[in-house]
Amino acid sequence: MLKDITIGQYVPGISFIHRLDPRTKIVAVFLYMAALFASGDSTGYLVVTVFTISMVFLSKVPWLMIIKGIRPLWIILVLTMGLHLFLTQGDIIWQMGFVKITQQGLRQGVFMTLRLVYLVTITSLLTLTTTPIALTDGIESVLKALFVPVAHELAMMMTIALRFIPTLIEETEKIMKAQMARGADFDSGGIVSRAKSLIPLLVPLFLSSFRRADELAMAMEARCYRGGENRTRMKQLQMTGLDYMAFIIVFVLLIVCIIIRFWM
Amino acid sequence: MVRKVIEIKNLIHRYNSSQDGIVIEALKGVDLHVAKGEFLAVIGHNGSGKSTLAKHLNALLLPHEGSVTINGLDTRKKEDTWAIRQQVGMVFQNPDNQLVAATVEEDTAFGPENLGIEPVEIRRLVDDSLERVGLSSFHKRAPHLLSGGQKQRVAIAGIIAMRPNVLVLDEPTAMLDPTGRKEVMATVSALNKEEGLTVVHITHFMEEAVFADRVVVMSEGLIAMEGTPREIFSRVEEIKRLRLDVPQIAELNGCLAKEGLLLPPGILTLEEMVVALCQ
Repeated sequence: MLKDITIGQYVPGISFIHRLDPRTKIVAVFLYMAALFASGDSTGYLVVTVFTISMVFLSKVPWLMIIKGIRPLWIILVLTMGLHLFLTQGDIIWQMGFVKITQQGLRQGVFMTLRLVYLVTITSLLTLTTTPIALTDGIESVLKALFVPVAHELAMMMTIALRFIPTLIEETEKIMKAQMARGADFDSGGIVSRAKSLIPLLVPLFLSSFRRADELAMAMEARCYRGGENRTRMKQLQMTGLDYMAFIIVFVLLIVCIIIRFWM
Repeated sequence: MVRKVIEIKNLIHRYNSSQDGIVIEALKGVDLHVAKGEFLAVIGHNGSGKSTLAKHLNALLLPHEGSVTINGLDTRKKEDTWAIRQQVGMVFQNPDNQLVAATVEEDTAFGPENLGIEPVEIRRLVDDSLERVGLSSFHKRAPHLLSGGQKQRVAIAGIIAMRPNVLVLDEPTAMLDPTGRKEVMATVSALNKEEGLTVVHITHFMEEAVFADRVVVMSEGLIAMEGTPREIFSRVEEIKRLRLDVPQIAELNGCLAKEGLLLPPGILTLEEMVVALCQ
């Protein structure tokens, strides 16, 4: 049951997007977001829509994976749509009692919802086409380039988390079975009693995690770990022609969106 | 004269018990030398101070009295700490709690990365180390998908990638199954015999101490016995008094001697026993 949890949601592949440097992808996501927020009319949205759809095609990631990523957001999407639809003032196109839909509201609602959908699509495309390890390396070097002081520590924490999530999941299962053998019941009762039944699971899990952390810290020190200073990396990220091409494409998108917004 | 890699003089270490403020002396004045290329086994029951001793060898603990010198470097000198930790690699008991990275090769690279070695050179060290522990084909594997013995071999690879002079193993086989135990011991033996790596192997499995050049038996924070495996394990009664087991064959030899069948002392393996009995 717990074993089915995957960290990250990487879909292996060799597409154009898969082969990009993680740094390129991270920066591109931010440029894309800027383009998305710059566009405010139907022409702008048409450009962004075409771009988003072609990116998903390029990545060869199954659409189902993208939809899976959007599905948990449905409440927010419905809420966004509804609030804009019913609460925006303007030219009424449909009315029933006090409920009315305006032309501006419809427009706003559709745009806002699309904006959210595209945002999630592109960010999940990032995690779907990048391994968690590459993503961590990418985040580290992007943060370093931005002179964020704790870049190395953050990346180290992510690395260790990636390393230990499967181990802790295994351990959770073991403790669960041990407690079930002693008569613990995790699956029945109301929400309060279910939450209470997690205590005998969480206490040992926390205890053992602290012990692990302690031992790991000692092992790391024994292997000469002393923070990010003077530390080198075996894997060097390498930008290729593909990356420069990707940058140009996203820049063009951003500029087009800005031009449409302000000069058309 | 043989070069001493490790020199321990009158080492004393105390732990402050947090509950009632009692000071426990874990090491009560240990003197020990380890020669270059030697395979030393340290045995002793729980609480005999053997793990504390191990942590002194790479400055994870510092002496309260006495001194520990590694290749002429005193562990008490702060500025030498990292040089000592590079020279003395340490493998711990729990294979899960000493692997840092999410793939085998990244984990092996962790030590060299900390030393600030050039990326190309790290690549070479990592490939070489994984080959030496026989895990080349596993380099992209996630550690949690490996067996216990394989995890410990990854840990060893991560250490030898730092080019140490001494490999300290603190009960590396305690949490492994018999197959894993054999794997690890074969790897360690090969590193010692073929490459001359000095090994300090701390264990409570007597069968593993048989591989060593020299055995030190710890008891109550002191060295109780010292000698070659043959010398040590022929003193069956003494070992038992220290609440330790002797290897099965050595025990059999002791029993036979009691019954009046006197075989040469110091028989440790089944083959030797068979040869001795057939004569």
